[in-house]
Amino acid sequence: MLKILKYSFYDLMRSRWSYVYFAFYLLLGIVLLFLNNDLSKAVITLMNVIIVLVPLIGTIFGVMYYYNNKEFTELLLAQPLKRSSIFMGQYLGVALSLSMSLILGLGIPFVFYGLFQSSAIWDFSLLIITGTFLTLIFTALAFNIALSNENKIKGFGYAILLWLFLAVIYDGLFLMTLIMFEDYPLDKLSLIGTMLNPIDLSRTLILLKLDISALLGYTGAVFKQFFGTNVGLIVSFVMLSVWVVLPVSRIIYKSKKKDF
Amino acid sequence: MVTIQNLHKKFGKNQVLSGVDLSISEGGIFAVLGPNGSGKTTLIKAILGMVIPNKGDITVLGENIKKNPEYRHKIDYLPQIANFPSNLKVKELIKMIKDLRKPTSEDQRLIDLFKLDPFLDKKLGNLSGGTKQKVNLVLTFMFNSPLIILDEPTTGLDPISLIRLKDLIKAEKAKGKTILITSHIMSFVEEISDEIVFILEGKIYFKGSISELKTKTQQPDFEHAIASILTDNHA
Amino acid sequence: MKYSSLILLAIFMVNTAIAQTIEVCKTCPINTVKKAISQAKDFDTIIIKKGTYKEHAIIIDKPLTIIGKNYPVIDGESKGEIIIIKADNVTVDGLFIINVGTSYTEDYAAIRVRNSKNFVIQNLVLEKLFFGIYIEKSRDGKVYHNKIIGDAVEEYNSGNGIQLWYSKNIQIEHNYVEHVRDGIYLEFSDGCLIKNNTSTLNVRYGLHFMFSNDDIYQDNTFENNGAGVAVMFSKRIKMYNNLFKENWGTASYGMLLKEINDAEIIGNTFEDNTIGINIEGSNRIIYKHNNFSNNGWAIKVKGACYTNTFTENNFLYNSFDIAYNSNVNDNVFDKNYWSNYTGYDLDKNGVGDVPYRPVKLFSYIVNRTPETIILLRSMFIDIIDFSEKVSPVFTPDNLLDNNPLIKKITW
Repeated sequence: MLKILKYSFYDLMRSRWSYVYFAFYLLLGIVLLFLNNDLSKAVITLMNVIIVLVPLIGTIFGVMYYYNNKEFTELLLAQPLKRSSIFMGQYLGVALSLSMSLILGLGIPFVFYGLFQSSAIWDFSLLIITGTFLTLIFTALAFNIALSNENKIKGFGYAILLWLFLAVIYDGLFLMTLIMFEDYPLDKLSLIGTMLNPIDLSRTLILLKLDISALLGYTGAVFKQFFGTNVGLIVSFVMLSVWVVLPVSRIIYKSKKKDF
Repeated sequence: MVTIQNLHKKFGKNQVLSGVDLSISEGGIFAVLGPNGSGKTTLIKAILGMVIPNKGDITVLGENIKKNPEYRHKIDYLPQIANFPSNLKVKELIKMIKDLRKPTSEDQRLIDLFKLDPFLDKKLGNLSGGTKQKVNLVLTFMFNSPLIILDEPTTGLDPISLIRLKDLIKAEKAKGKTILITSHIMSFVEEISDEIVFILEGKIYFKGSISELKTKTQQPDFEHAIASILTDNHA
Repeated sequence: MKYSSLILLAIFMVNTAIAQTIEVCKTCPINTVKKAISQAKDFDTIIIKKGTYKEHAIIIDKPLTIIGKNYPVIDGESKGEIIIIKADNVTVDGLFIINVGTSYTEDYAAIRVRNSKNFVIQNLVLEKLFFGIYIEKSRDGKVYHNKIIGDAVEEYNSGNGIQLWYSKNIQIEHNYVEHVRDGIYLEFSDGCLIKNNTSTLNVRYGLHFMFSNDDIYQDNTFENNGAGVAVMFSKRIKMYNNLFKENWGTASYGMLLKEINDAEIIGNTFEDNTIGINIEGSNRIIYKHNNFSNNGWAIKVKGACYTNTFTENNFLYNSFDIAYNSNVNDNVFDKNYWSNYTGYDLDKNGVGDVPYRPVKLFSYIVNRTPETIILLRSMFIDIIDFSEKVSPVFTPDNLLDNNPLIKKITW
C-alpha cells in the first residue's frame, strides 16, 4: 500500500491540478491577509470558506482522479497486489496531496505574516486540522461514489449533489425541523443532527473556538455540557474520525467485490 | 496450468459467461477468440482476479485464486487499453512496476528491442498510442513469469514492431511458457497460436487446433472457418 | 507665608497635645479594641498591634482613627456584626477582619457605617464574610484599597461585598472584590464615584445599581461574574473606560441596562461575554468609543428603547452584532466599525459606500428557537441572512449604519 501511496502521491504532486489547488489557497491566504490586515479576521473568513470549499474540492478531485486513473488501476490490479492496498494507496495519495496543498497554500502566507507570534495560531491549527479531516472524509466519499458508478457523468453528478446536500440543503432541512418542533426540548436532537453531517461537525469545532460566548447563552443542559467542557471537542473529533473510517471501510469492502 | 470450472458471470442483467469449463495445459500459445461481447476479456479478467465470478472455480498453477493475490506473481498481463498516469515518465513507470513486483534486468533488452530509448524521459501523457503499447509490452514481458496473458497485443503497432512482437512471443513459448492471447487479427492468430478457444454466447464453443477447426467447419482457411461459425450461429 | 506656617505648626502642636495615641496589643494594659475605644477621647488614634482579637459588635461612636499595624486579625467568631461606625470622621485602616455571622433575617456586615460623614475605610482585608462593607445613610466617605474575598456559592445565602444604601458622595476606589453575591451594590445612592476597582467571580453581579442617580463608574474591571454590571432604574449614570470580560452563561451579560435614562457609556471594552450589553427599556443613552469584541451578542435590545445613539464604536468578531426582538427601531447607529462589514470604499474616504445592516435574520431565528444557534456560520444561514439583507422583513429595515467605517477606530 505504501508503494501505491508513494506513486499516487508523486503523480499528483506533479499534476497541474495540485498546483492549481495550491495556488488557489496561496492566493486566498494572501488576499485575505492583504484585505483584512488582521490575522484573526482572516482566520475567521478562512474558516467560513474552508468548511464549504474543502469538501467541494475533495469530492470533485477524488471523483476525477478515480475516473482518470481507471486504466492504470486496472494495470495495478493485474499485478500481485491486494485490492485494498491499491485503492487505499490511491485514496491516501489523493487525500494527502490535497491536504498538503491546503496546509502549504494557507500556511505559507500566514507564517510569513507572523502567525507564530500571534494568538491566532490555535485557531489556525484548528482550521488546518479541520480542513485535513474534511479532505479525508470527502475524498473517501468521492471514491465511494466513483466505485459505485461506472458512468463518469453520473459519478460527477452525484458528487456535486452530495456536496450541495451536505453543505446547504441539509442545514436548511435541519433548520426547518428545529423550528417545526420548537416546543420540544431540542438540544439533543440538534447535537445529533450536527454529528450526522461532517460539514456541520467541522463547523461546530469552529464554533467552539469562535463563538463559545454565544453558545453558552443557551439553557439546555446537554448543550452546556457539550460546549462548556472539553466534551464537545472530544466528541467532535471522535465523530470526525468515524466519518473518515466509515467511508474508507466501504472503499475496502466495495473494492473487493467490484469487477474491472 | 489454468483450470476453469463452471464459470458464471453476470453484469447487471447481462449474462456474459454462462458455465465456462476450460483447462489450459502447460506450454504453448492459446488464442481466445469470439465475436465482440462474447466474454473474452471477462474470461481473462476472471483468471486475473479482476472480475469476481458469480459462480465457479478458477485454479492457476494448482492454486484456487480466491483471496490469494500471490498467484499473480506468476502471471504477466498485457491490458487491452493501456492508459498510464500521464505525469509519469516512461523510465519512472518501468521503475515503479519493478518496484511493485520484483527487480528484473530484462527491461533493458526489451527497451532496445522496441527502440524505446528516445522516449524514456518523456511523460506518458505525451506518447502516441503505438509507443504506449510498446511500453505496455515492455512492462508485460520483463518479469519472465510462467503464464503470460496478452489482451489485443497488436493494437497500434507498426509492422516492424509487430514482427518483433511475434518473435518475442515465439521465444517465450520456446522457454516453455503458457501464453494466452486475444486478438482480432486473424492472420496473427493463425500464425502464432497452437490452439484456439472459441467463445460464443458465454460458453466455450470450440477448443482445439486450427486444423481441427477447419475440419469441423469444412472451410479451407482459418478466417472463413471463423466466419462460418459466426454465420451459422447468428443466421 | 512665615506667619501662616507658624499657625499651621501651632495647630499641629495643639492637636498632638490634645489627641492621644492608644496602643492595643495582646500583652498591653489595653488588650481589646473595645476597651481602647471606650477609653479614647474624640480624635484619638488607636494603634492595634499584630495579633488576633476575638471581638464582635465593636461600636465606634466617636471620631477616631483606628490603624492596624501588620494586619492584626479581628475575628468575629461568626457571632454577628464586627465593626459598627456610628460617628463622623472615623478612619479604619489596615485590619484583617474575618468570620462575620450569617443570618437570614439580618444583613450582618464585617464593617457597617451608619449615619456617618467623612469616614475613611481603607487597606482592609475581609474574609469569611456575609456582607463586607455596608454603608447606610452616610455621606462624603471613602472606601479605598480594600480586599474582600468571600466564599459565596448561592445567591440566597450570601451578601454583597460593598453595599451602599441611601448614601451620597461616596468614593469607592482601588478595591478588589471576589466571590460574594454582588461585588458592589448601590441602592438609593447618588453622586458616588466608583473607580479602579476589580470585581470578579461574584455569584450575581460585579456591580449593581438600583434607583441610584448621577453616579460615575470608571476604569473598573468586571470579569467572570454571574453578570458584569446591572444598572437598573437609575438616571444619568456615567460609565467610562471599564472592562467587562468573560461574563459567560445563560442570561449572562457584560452589562444590563434596565429602565435607564440619559446615561453615557463611553470608552468601555466588552470582551468575550455571552451578551455584551443587554438593554431593556432604556432611553437617550450615548454609546461612544466602546470596543465590543468576541461577544456572543454585542448588544441585545429588548422592549422599547428610544433615541439611543451608537457612534464610533468598534464591533469586532462578535457572533451577532445587534439583536432586536422587534422590527421597530428608533435608535441611531452611525460611524461605527463593524468587522463583519463586507462593503467597499471606492472613493477612499474611509467610510463604506454601502450601509451596514447589523441585525441579521438569524439572530431573529435564534431568539425564537434557541437551539438553532448550532447552525451559526452555516452556508444556508449565510444565504437566508443575505436575502433578508436585500429585503428586510423580520428585522427593522431602518436599522442601518449609513457610514460604516473601513478601519478600526482608535481614540
